Amino acid sequence: MSHPTSETMIEARGVEKWYPNGFHALRGADLTVRRGEVVVIMGPSGSGKSTFIRTFNALEDFQKGSITVDGIALSNDLRNIDAIRREVGMVFQQFNLFPHLSVLDNLTLAPVLVRKRPKAEVAEQARALLHRVGIAEQADKFPGQLSGGQQQRVAIARALCMEPRILLFDEPTSALDPEMVREVLEVMQNLAADDITMVVVTHEVKFARHVAHRVVLMADGEVVEEAAPETFFTNPAHERTRRFLDQIL
Amino acid sequence: MPSLIRRLRSELFATPGDAVISIALLTILAAAAAGFLHWALRQAEWAVVQVNSTLFAVGRYPIEQQWRLWLLTALLAAAAGATWGMLRAHPRRDRTGRLWPRNDRLAVAVLIAVALWVPFALGLTPAIQLRWWLLTALLVVIRWLAGRFGAGLPPALKRLLPIVWPVLYLVGMVLIGGGLGLARVAPAEWGGLLLTLLASSFAILLCLPIGVLLALGRRSDLPLLRWGSVLYIEFIRGAPLITLLFLGQNILGFLLPGGLAPDRVWRAAWVLTFFAAAYLAEAVRSGLAAVPRGQLEAARSLGLSSAQALRLVVLPQALRVALPAMVGQFISLLQDTTLLSLIGLLDLLGVARTVMANPAFLGRNAEVYLTLAILFWCCCAALGLGSRALERRLDPHAVPSRV
Repeated sequence: MSHPTSETMIEARGVEKWYPNGFHALRGADLTVRRGEVVVIMGPSGSGKSTFIRTFNALEDFQKGSITVDGIALSNDLRNIDAIRREVGMVFQQFNLFPHLSVLDNLTLAPVLVRKRPKAEVAEQARALLHRVGIAEQADKFPGQLSGGQQQRVAIARALCMEPRILLFDEPTSALDPEMVREVLEVMQNLAADDITMVVVTHEVKFARHVAHRVVLMADGEVVEEAAPETFFTNPAHERTRRFLDQIL
Repeated sequence: MPSLIRRLRSELFATPGDAVISIALLTILAAAAAGFLHWALRQAEWAVVQVNSTLFAVGRYPIEQQWRLWLLTALLAAAAGATWGMLRAHPRRDRTGRLWPRNDRLAVAVLIAVALWVPFALGLTPAIQLRWWLLTALLVVIRWLAGRFGAGLPPALKRLLPIVWPVLYLVGMVLIGGGLGLARVAPAEWGGLLLTLLASSFAILLCLPIGVLLALGRRSDLPLLRWGSVLYIEFIRGAPLITLLFLGQNILGFLLPGGLAPDRVWRAAWVLTFFAAAYLAEAVRSGLAAVPRGQLEAARSLGLSSAQALRLVVLPQALRVALPAMVGQFISLLQDTTLLSLIGLLDLLGVARTVMANPAFLGRNAEVYLTLAILFWCCCAALGLGSRALERRLDPHAVPSRV
């Protein structure tokens, strides 16, 4: 396992968000993620964990507080947002592959368009990434022809093809059949060994235990507990964490 | 053959009750067919169609300029053959690529049969019949050449192919209307099938981008844009086309300064375009609503700009979903062009009305209307076939075709 450096990659301070319907989703959430670190965010549903990581690449806006990603302060400046999105990859619960493009084209679309790299070079890299996530032979198929686990691995490869410095995972295994969860987690575990920074919202306790450097509990729009996995699962500081663990373990 | 008999037996005569119903229906069908054939072969006088075939085709287009239309037809045949062949030479990579699937062989057989029989049945002069045969031969030969050698063409040449049709459309406009050294033929002289196809193709081509913009406007975050689009769409959809056509004839003249006001044919074509765009916008909007929000989020989180995400991720999926509804719109647009006859233009129906008003052809309405129905059916069938082929080609989940 790689070791996080002391350099800060994501710094969120006092983030508050209200949805247009008035729901107060984030109530002053704080989090600091260092370069190379793997942070797992857990918490009951409705606790704001998905909303929180979606603010990191501006898929959700927020009303109070500040977020700095890789030294760039998130503001409503559109150029800022584009710059951050280039450095932050995201893997979704529902995969969100582009169904009208082949697997290979799913991977090459953004690097060619956004990074302006030559198509042939990107395609070569894309094939290497597909090989790395174990589905090299599916490059010319369409997403609809793949299993859920394969689709999620393509989605990870697609995010990696942009060579991001940070990867966000929003419940990447929640929509998968149980027997496909492992193949996706294995790919994520391999990634964690590189020095890429990962923030993962998941309910997979085993993954949190063995792969994360730090586990975070969110409840009611706040970060309640932050601890190393060992402490988090065996000796949490907060009552709220104990109640949560009682329910899932 | 025995399998056909078995199938008939199992489908039509499975039980005594089935047999009774089948025999009753078959008798009615046979009687209707016999009655129709008796009328078509014995009582009908097809001279009204034979004598006026040119009028039905192009209206009062000047005879000495008709070579331009022949040239355009030849260009269209060549482009159609080339496109058809190139599509077969470049099957989608997950499909089996046959150069002559069964449907293609069938299509060519039907085409040749129609080209041989129709000019003969219309009693055209041998010279004109020969022209139709040559045009068909041109299409089939280019289809064969493009299918056979299309895959080996240099990439630079292949990249030109998608712009062949738009260029051909502009060339066609010049050939029909004149300009660039060709004598001008005023729109008032266009008529018949020529005018019907011209007005409907013009409206179909232009209502697509306008409709997409309106659909996007209706979903926009900018209130002015959103309300403008809603107002436009609901106003147009709330008014009958015929009133808009009359309105267009009267109002456009006042709205636009003198020389800019288009001629009556063009006014009608623009009204058709704006009318169809409102309906198309709703079809596109339903397609946009069918694309999950996650698609846009995935595209944006990969760093695509919103314009890029729209163009490359959202719209291709939305338009594919909306395609059947859009083609339905195009088909009704094609039929709506018959309303042009009510504002005094000589489209197919307009020509038909002048022919039927001719005392020489008194009482021959059935022959004329049947001809019209067949012509419209052919055009709409072509649109429908084309759209289904396009749907299959765009469907990422389709299984390879076996034929």
